[in-house]
Amino acid sequence: MTEVLLEQHVLEYPGGYTRSTGPVVGRFLTGLRDGRFEGIRGGDGTVIVPPTEYDPYTAAALSEFVEVGPAGVVTAWTWVAEPRVGKQPLDRPFAWALIKLDGADTAMLHAVAVDAPDAMSVGLRVQPRWRTERIGSIRDIEAFVPEGSEPLVVPSPEPDAEPVTGIVTPTRLDYEINAGIAPSKYLRGLAEGKVIGQRAVDSDQVYVPPRGSDPTSGEPTEIEVEVADVGTVTTFCVVNVPGLSELAPEIPYVCAQILLDGANTAWFGLIQGLPADEVRMGLRVKAVWADELIPNAASIKWFEPNGEPDTPYESYREYA
Amino acid sequence: MAGQLTAVIGVGQTRHVTARHDVSIAGLVREAAVEALEDAGMDWSDIDAVVIGKAPDMFEGVVMPEMYLADALGATNKPMLRVHTAGSVGGSTAIVASKLVAAGIHERVLTVAFEKQSESNATWGLTVAMPFQAPLVAGAGGYFAPLIRAYMARSGAPRHIGHLVAVKDRLAALRNPKAHLHLPDIDLKMVEESFLLWDPLRYLDVCPSSDGAMALVIGSEQVADASSSPKAWIHGTAMRSEPTMFAGRDQVSPQAGKDCAADVYEQAGITNPREDFDVAEVYVPFSWYEPMWLENLGFCAEGDGWKLTEAGATAPDGDIPWNPSGGVLSSNPIGASGMIRFGEAAQQVRERAGDYQVELKTGKALGQAYGGGSQFFSMWVVGNRKPE
Amino acid sequence: MSPALRDVAVVGFAQNLADHDRERNEVEFIIPVVRDAIAQSGIPRHDIGFTVSGSCDYLSGGPFTFVQGLDAVGAWPPIKESHVEMDAAWALYEAWVSIQVGDVDSALIYGFGKSSLGDVHEIFNLMNDPYSVMPLWPSTVDLAALQACAAIAADVTNERELAEVASRSHTAALANPHAIAGRDASADVLLAEPVTHVPLRDADIAPITDGAAAIVLAAGDLARKASSRPAWIRGIEHRIEPLALGVRDLTRSESTRLAAEAAGVADGPVEVAELHTQFSHEEPILRAALGLAPDVPVNPSGGPLGANPIMATGLIRIGEVATRITAGDVSRGVAHATQGPCLQQNLVCVLEGETN
Repeated sequence: MTEVLLEQHVLEYPGGYTRSTGPVVGRFLTGLRDGRFEGIRGGDGTVIVPPTEYDPYTAAALSEFVEVGPAGVVTAWTWVAEPRVGKQPLDRPFAWALIKLDGADTAMLHAVAVDAPDAMSVGLRVQPRWRTERIGSIRDIEAFVPEGSEPLVVPSPEPDAEPVTGIVTPTRLDYEINAGIAPSKYLRGLAEGKVIGQRAVDSDQVYVPPRGSDPTSGEPTEIEVEVADVGTVTTFCVVNVPGLSELAPEIPYVCAQILLDGANTAWFGLIQGLPADEVRMGLRVKAVWADELIPNAASIKWFEPNGEPDTPYESYREYA
Repeated sequence: MAGQLTAVIGVGQTRHVTARHDVSIAGLVREAAVEALEDAGMDWSDIDAVVIGKAPDMFEGVVMPEMYLADALGATNKPMLRVHTAGSVGGSTAIVASKLVAAGIHERVLTVAFEKQSESNATWGLTVAMPFQAPLVAGAGGYFAPLIRAYMARSGAPRHIGHLVAVKDRLAALRNPKAHLHLPDIDLKMVEESFLLWDPLRYLDVCPSSDGAMALVIGSEQVADASSSPKAWIHGTAMRSEPTMFAGRDQVSPQAGKDCAADVYEQAGITNPREDFDVAEVYVPFSWYEPMWLENLGFCAEGDGWKLTEAGATAPDGDIPWNPSGGVLSSNPIGASGMIRFGEAAQQVRERAGDYQVELKTGKALGQAYGGGSQFFSMWVVGNRKPE
Repeated sequence: MSPALRDVAVVGFAQNLADHDRERNEVEFIIPVVRDAIAQSGIPRHDIGFTVSGSCDYLSGGPFTFVQGLDAVGAWPPIKESHVEMDAAWALYEAWVSIQVGDVDSALIYGFGKSSLGDVHEIFNLMNDPYSVMPLWPSTVDLAALQACAAIAADVTNERELAEVASRSHTAALANPHAIAGRDASADVLLAEPVTHVPLRDADIAPITDGAAAIVLAAGDLARKASSRPAWIRGIEHRIEPLALGVRDLTRSESTRLAAEAAGVADGPVEVAELHTQFSHEEPILRAALGLAPDVPVNPSGGPLGANPIMATGLIRIGEVATRITAGDVSRGVAHATQGPCLQQNLVCVLEGETN
């Protein structure tokens, strides 16, 4: 039984998303930084916390702020036995709660720091525990705690501080991606120094790299066909933009569509081994394999000229 | 077109810029929506349904943002849809909205397309490296530049053609207060000397990255007739898709684009696009796509697109102005751009294009958007009169 | 529903589900369901008028993931095709609308996703308010548990009822060859199991599922030709509520109630209901919103507690009701789909066999 091909994948915008808040959310977060809760009055007079920019039912723009809290009452709660460390507010088990702050008509979500679920109940009164360093974020509240269980330290706002206009939100998601059955066969071929394409039963069109189906019919590509690691450049461009990828060579470098002999779809790859300005459509190239072959597209590092005469345009024209 | 007659009766858009630091995501879409509603003489409560569209959620890091935007767009207790067809999405979104009315299901639909891509970075968002797929070492432009080279080989087009489009569209943008790029000093020399990114594309041959939103109000014939707002009657809509890669695929002039055009032209009674349209707003994110789409959309014979561009036919004072708004080359909030094309086409036939209004003779305009690996196409034809 | 609307029916349905599949990729899940749904309909692939899919790029962690799905469809010559970044039940809605416009008479809809690739309960935190909730990272289970707590506190449901819903669903799932979870456990047995997300137990929470599903719709006589007993869509409506959990009454599903009213659920007897309940407590809330009598069987398939291929789950509810109509087991039923935290957005579809 061959091993399944799996790879870890991280989706993360480096540094975190830079979100501008606009005036309403900005004012709410500025209030948090100053140790104060503000809600906003909706069209029907209800005080909405956290403030929404627009009335949830009429869409009217809202603007009348009302100070609320700092204490409030739990309207619903649950327990987090295994916190997502580094993401959720606390590293040890805690409660989530919807908390209706005094003076508010709607509840807001936050964490409640208690030792066990039996300390939580609907109707429990809670108060905020503010962080000493606040930046204008919902996390300026470290968590809520049962009212009176500790002194309520009300921070003093920094004088002359600029209103909050944005937040930075790191967002990292981890995945384990599998290759798929058809791509796995192809990738294992690469690990053996072979390029193995696939075609569907009713077609002679060989797909490299294969994705599992013949896209023109939706039929699975169940027949393997080994193709050469030699082919023709059908078109290309010279890349002059630095830093597009960790794998990119020094600029200028050439990215090309390469039609391998025996394949009917183009391979996107790098061209090396000659000056960028000598690369041309019709150039005959061969794959340069990595010293260590693995079931990964990186087994073919790039393509270089193989010395054969250029392929005439007419014979690859339909691929260009 | 099939179904009941519909019209655009309200158009709104934000001033497109590199980054909007003054609004939340909701604030951005709201601006466009409010302008469209005011243009239509309507209030939030008049709207029956909301359809939004945008490109991948990774740009803003908000999954399925219709949830977050329901309040801001007055969608509470109404139907709300979110379309995602890659770069063509702004166009497909407008089409889905128009179908809700054409089917007789709703009378007044608000549709919004947007992108606040400054919250991350467009290049990052477009080129997230995925396991088991060929590494994207060339960036988005690196996919299209080889296709442009292939077009040049097929057509024999001289190298400066793309630069002509780069200049034309940015000069046109000077007359569009909503356009992102206002480059009053742009000329051929400036483009030719700009940094070479992906040969043959230079920096100024490439669209900017913008934050922006576009909104339309689409109404039924009855609603439009009763409205004092100028109408852009929708004469036809079409969408076509083809796979990203298959044996024998023409990536330069994709069949899906040709089929889409043929479909919408048939609906709208267009037999000679160059003559039957007064103007076209076409998705040209890289300058060379103008001559390529001129051919794909049947404005000229295959191989002749560059000649039309070179002759000035597509300039604002030419016989078939293309992108008098400045086009995608001047503003590109990715998820919105398709709807901006559709909306600008509507503005032309409504005679609401201000300083970049073209003279109407036939009263018909084309809006076109494309996306993915040149595989998703959406188009519409609008006119200032009802279809015969 | 306006009498001028065309009669549209489900004439093909297929599903392909798995538990944490390490072998197949998304395309490999989609290929058989598209093939099978089309085969059931008897409509040649290239005669299908319109294709719409529903999926979520974030499930696989890459932009434009939905594009790969197109490889399974056979989009050549080019096809009329669209995509929503929503559960495929909404893709079906878009397809239904297209048929109503009149330029197409049939449509293929597919939904897919591999929830096992990432931490799906964490991924959907990114649907929450970007400023006041997202930075706290509540999971979807956490938020559902809050709704369950609110529902219990308001006496809309209770712990025993949750266990009864879970027990019934898991037992039914045993008989469903597509379900990936299912067991024979009474409510008492479940009540004795540990509470993992107060007040929810693991049995109350839908399992992580990979998979795809497809439906073929056809209009009028084409539907009658395609199926011996088409499942006609008599009403299909959807509504959305505000995002903020604290703004809504979490003990009720107002948008479901509005959609059900507009779709005409109460216009006839409801003999079966398939509800998109990813958590047990959602069932009593939705039953009330749909106005279902206590004797209406809910989720005879086992429902999402038996299999929850996110982005296809709602579409499958429509397919499951259609299957029972086509089989002649029932003549009228209701399917429900949802998305967003705590039932924020809901779709209701009323299906009926031919009334001769």
